[in-house]
Amino acid sequence: MDINLLEAPPTDAERDAIDAVVGAADAASDRVGRADRTRRHLLLPALRAAQLRVGWVSEGALGYASRRLSVPPADAYGVASFYALLALEERPADITHVCTDLSCALKGASVGPGEHPSPCLGLCERAPASYRTIAGLEPRELQLPETEPPLPQAGDPSLRLLRRIGDGIDPTSLEAYGGFELLARARELGAEAVIREVTESKLLGRGGAAFPTGVKWAAVAQQPAQPHYVVCNADESEPGTFKDRMLMEHDPFALIEAIAIEAFATGAVKAFIYVRAEYPLAHERLRNAIEQSRPHLDGLEIELRIGAGAYVCGEETALFQSIEGYRGEPRNKPPFPVEVGLFGKPTAVNNVETLFNVLEVLRVGGAAYAATGTEGSAGTRLFCVSGCVERPGLYELPFGATLRELLDLAGSAPPKAVLLGGAAGAFVGPDLLDLKLTHEGTRAAGVTLGSGVVIVYDEQAELVPALLRIAEFFRDESCGQCVPCRVGTVRQEEAVKRLAAGAPHADERETLAELAQVMRDASICGLGQTAASAIESAIVNLGVFA
Amino acid sequence: MATVSIAAPKKMVELTVDGQTVRVLEGSTILDACRLAGIDTPTLCYGDTLTPVNVCRVCVVELEGARTLVPSCSRKAEAGMVVLTDSERVRTSRKLVLELLGSSVDLSLAPEALEYIERYDAKPERFGADAATVAQDVKIDNDLYVRDYSRCILCYKCVSACGEDAQNTFAIAVAGRGFGAHISTELDVTLPESACVYCGNCIAVCPTGALMSKSEYDRRQAGTWDEAGEEVVTTICPYCGVGCNLELHVQDGDIVNVTSPDDHDVTRGNLCIKGRFGFQFVQNRK
Repeated sequence: MDINLLEAPPTDAERDAIDAVVGAADAASDRVGRADRTRRHLLLPALRAAQLRVGWVSEGALGYASRRLSVPPADAYGVASFYALLALEERPADITHVCTDLSCALKGASVGPGEHPSPCLGLCERAPASYRTIAGLEPRELQLPETEPPLPQAGDPSLRLLRRIGDGIDPTSLEAYGGFELLARARELGAEAVIREVTESKLLGRGGAAFPTGVKWAAVAQQPAQPHYVVCNADESEPGTFKDRMLMEHDPFALIEAIAIEAFATGAVKAFIYVRAEYPLAHERLRNAIEQSRPHLDGLEIELRIGAGAYVCGEETALFQSIEGYRGEPRNKPPFPVEVGLFGKPTAVNNVETLFNVLEVLRVGGAAYAATGTEGSAGTRLFCVSGCVERPGLYELPFGATLRELLDLAGSAPPKAVLLGGAAGAFVGPDLLDLKLTHEGTRAAGVTLGSGVVIVYDEQAELVPALLRIAEFFRDESCGQCVPCRVGTVRQEEAVKRLAAGAPHADERETLAELAQVMRDASICGLGQTAASAIESAIVNLGVFA
Repeated sequence: MATVSIAAPKKMVELTVDGQTVRVLEGSTILDACRLAGIDTPTLCYGDTLTPVNVCRVCVVELEGARTLVPSCSRKAEAGMVVLTDSERVRTSRKLVLELLGSSVDLSLAPEALEYIERYDAKPERFGADAATVAQDVKIDNDLYVRDYSRCILCYKCVSACGEDAQNTFAIAVAGRGFGAHISTELDVTLPESACVYCGNCIAVCPTGALMSKSEYDRRQAGTWDEAGEEVVTTICPYCGVGCNLELHVQDGDIVNVTSPDDHDVTRGNLCIKGRFGFQFVQNRK
């Protein structure tokens, strides 16, 4: 490889920060070798460390990181410029990112001078929210407001996934958590039996795609290629979603236990948890939990990886690319991750809420779990309720409850519209309040539960600004790889803006419908495939712009 | 070249494309099957000598049982697949993809794209005069080639050719995100400051004229470019012993470009700076 090196040297602070991630340089030699080329996966952690130390990624830091990891500088620049939170131009050490997304907009979010607008920060229950980063030797990251409202269902004995959160156990203590009994039970049962239980439970993934978890695990377990990896997708970034954050912040040991069970079942010796950057409290709690749990995990290595501001990295293959040190550009499937996943190896990738359900499956047994909920949707489901309600927050309901029941719990006035599933989901009108919140129920109605987002718009709330924001969101978050999404999201936003301004082209509705079709049919990944969904639903179901 | 394969023999895979039964070697793509069946399938980001990146999406086909359309250039053929290449769904997606490209990028020097636009009756102007484009100034920072990214469809071919598929120089990569994604050197430094070795293999794979030799660019600017009167002379590169085939593109007695055929065993279409650009001595008439 013919590497041209950036000439600007790093400052001492930048060098120290990067060395802390990649190890100190060999003072005797400036050369890089094969060993360095296998460490490309440290590129994003290294760039993040430099920014946390000095507030931005300078030419010197970029050059030093690429030299130490033997990544061509053009390539490293491509990676650094992909992530919204990495700054490639100097800026103050203290930066506030103000959420201007759907839920916060309903609560009057406004960006002050010197502040940066941000997509959803996953703090919707305490909207309007912001995220502040203060770079330095001891960097600080704050989720604001710092105080959160109490769990609305605290103390409810029917809670399963939220039981410990409702009970308010100490999330920093393994002792308070009570030890890894379910992991011990899994080891007693054996890997095959664990997978059998999970398959029998009819547990479906809670990240949005609703794939059968047992099928996924079985597929990974039987792959001859080694090693196998487990990846926990905690890059929760769908606007309106905050369930995984709350689970990680308040019950981190449960996630560790579930990951250990998954690794045991699928034959993995290494697991990654990929968490979005905007969740510093979750990082802290997970680091602590990983540390305390290590002696109990039979050598399983769990590594925390932190994103840098990219919604698309919640797409599983984009997430692998990100961990590996590349731009978060989704891969074409097939091959699927169970066969060719992280580092090209068989990988079981599951969402945080899904893994919490695995604990429940082992607690009660697969058959008993399958008997809860409804025929097509076993178990309970978390709903992130925000917007125009009295008690916004995280709710757990058995599958089968209706939207009306959920809104009653949250204290909603009669809504004008409800956004289900977030920006990638769909709007429903008051005619669908008796919709059963199940996979089969929402599918029949042509909508989706997605990641459990429920944003309520009351009679006074305006929908057009929400549609403008959703169009802007997808235009901002498209990775840019495939044409339908890269240009389609731009054309969609242009059309929505013209409609909102009352100056549409003659055939605007037809244009939007065709854009929706090409993005859904021809985009590489779920981002493009769902980028028109909410806007289309507002036009079709609610008659917006009619 | 007479090579003898010592790998295990490959199985044949039988699939149906537009009602025709096609048999292809295991590991072939749907695109291979389409070509074997004589079905002309549009491609822009696909190159015979490059690893498919399946990003342009103009080659999508309908696959029975699949939720979405699939890129024929990278999807492997499987036994029993039923593929449609000219259904309403396929035609709509291909037309829209071409409209999205045509409305955002200057395709006037992209002959394949222009042909597809006509074939699918695409109307890039439908998005109006205000539609965002990638228009920008031409980058002229060296004597050998220019970069006009207002013509760039982001097919990744130049990145692949500069990187692992050919040159292993890694002077350029995709930077930025979304509509702002673009081909760039590190921190957008000029080519002379970058790792570029001027092999010009990026020019050879560029399907839209975004990358162009300076000699061609200057003639086009001066209005003396004469493609119709161009003559192609085949020879062998005189510089070293590798024996690269050269195609000298000659206009009005002057060499204006040098290429090498993709199907040439030695070069696979690639050259070095000497073969690609070192021809001035031939026409030094003083």
